[in-house]
Amino acid sequence: MTGASVLFDAPGPRARVRNHVISGITVVVVAAVAWVVYSRLDAKGQLTVAKWEPFLTANLWTTYVLPGVQGTLTAAAVSIVFALVLGFLLGVGRLSTHTGIRWVSSVIVEFFRAVPVLIMMIFAYFLYANYDIFPSKHLALAGVITGLTLYNGAVIAEIVRAGVNALPRGQGEAASALGLTWGQTMRSILLPQAVTSMLPVLISQVVVVLKDTAIGYQITFVEMVRQGTAVGSSYGNYIPALIVIALLMITVNFGLSWFATWLERRLRQSKRGPAPLEAGAVEQEGAPGAKVV
Amino acid sequence: MEIFTEYSDQIFAAFWTTIQLTVFSAIGALVLGTVLAAMRLAPVPMLNWIGTSYVNIVRNTPLTLIIIFSSLGLAQTLGVTMANRQSPTFIVDSNFRLAVLGLTVYTAAFVCETVRSGVNTVPLGQAEAARSLGFSFGQNLAIVLLPQAFRAVLIPMGSVLIALTKNTTIASAIGVAEAALLMKEMIETTAAVIFVGGIFALGFVILTLPLGLLFGWLGKRMAVSR
Repeated sequence: MTGASVLFDAPGPRARVRNHVISGITVVVVAAVAWVVYSRLDAKGQLTVAKWEPFLTANLWTTYVLPGVQGTLTAAAVSIVFALVLGFLLGVGRLSTHTGIRWVSSVIVEFFRAVPVLIMMIFAYFLYANYDIFPSKHLALAGVITGLTLYNGAVIAEIVRAGVNALPRGQGEAASALGLTWGQTMRSILLPQAVTSMLPVLISQVVVVLKDTAIGYQITFVEMVRQGTAVGSSYGNYIPALIVIALLMITVNFGLSWFATWLERRLRQSKRGPAPLEAGAVEQEGAPGAKVV
Repeated sequence: MEIFTEYSDQIFAAFWTTIQLTVFSAIGALVLGTVLAAMRLAPVPMLNWIGTSYVNIVRNTPLTLIIIFSSLGLAQTLGVTMANRQSPTFIVDSNFRLAVLGLTVYTAAFVCETVRSGVNTVPLGQAEAARSLGFSFGQNLAIVLLPQAFRAVLIPMGSVLIALTKNTTIASAIGVAEAALLMKEMIETTAAVIFVGGIFALGFVILTLPLGLLFGWLGKRMAVSR
């Protein structure tokens, strides 16, 4: 942003000089910080070839990182599917004309948005262990999937509700005027349109799910962060290992976030269909009572 | 109920740690997040770039990784511990502060985005009027935009803080004695999964629901009438 913005005038000669000076100072500060980090890393021998070389060996990837990637993707994929099902049920439940169904759905949604995912994962993990519901090999996976499904199901329920509420009222009214029942209106008029406007937020929600699989670290689930620490402890290179894992995660998540924003912009530009819900920071929508915009 | 009476002191202590983690990280995140928002809005491209990169990197990294990095990377490998090594409570202090650091760094990205969305709610005319009165960007931000922006985003900011409260459980990954860690311990020793799970779920409902109501009420009360 070199030109004008609402917040400041197009810079004149003096402002331009000042901006250059601030840029210069920033560069110096950043360089100083980078130097401190570099010398600190160097002093502890974190920048030697020996610390980074293991990443060029196939063994490190096949033994540690790839099983972690597999774990993360499996848990995320299964959870998002279950969460979509649960979310649509609860979301439609909250829109129901039945007071009872609406009430029960609301309590469930707000409860699962109020409780931390980790608490749900620990609970599910030990519940399954105590009652021998899953073979011990799959306990952690089941725990992670349960936690993620319940939490994200509640968030998706709110997304569904917001998506349907954002539709023009005339859509539902026209459907009733044609004699469609509530269920038919929901299934064939409202939900199909709402799905389009929900798409960007749902994609952002996938980022949340991918990130949250890492919480499974604490119930011994084999995912990327756990495998990163495993690399760190066996090769003695915690910092390089965690940086590599972070880079992998950031690349995928950044790509997905970018896609979500792109899709949102595209849907906003198109004349057809309802306006999309905002794909922005979705993390907060997991709070009880929070609105999905 | 016996389990509850037996563990009640520990349960309250654990939730107290959860509250402390939340409060300290919230203060840090609000300050850092506002600074980042100012950087992203500033007329200097270099600052915009730093702010944007920070948000994009941190927002796409799992919190667990950030917290574990602060312990295994910063403290163990680099020796950055933020506590007095001679102190008898060194390990506890150090882990607590590292957790606060991790939570602050992570939450600041969301605070930044919330503040920025708040600035967008202020009508253009306000910023233009401020400029025509000769306000500099800094004055414009500090006197005109931010006060209105904060009032406009109280409800979403409350959601960020509730998300933070729930995220403090992840500090148990580096052994901070907060609610989730105690829950795991209690389940392992008592095997009363459902009862113990119920206590902790209820604990978090008690912490987060009033916070949501409070910010909802504040948000309505403080809303800028236009």
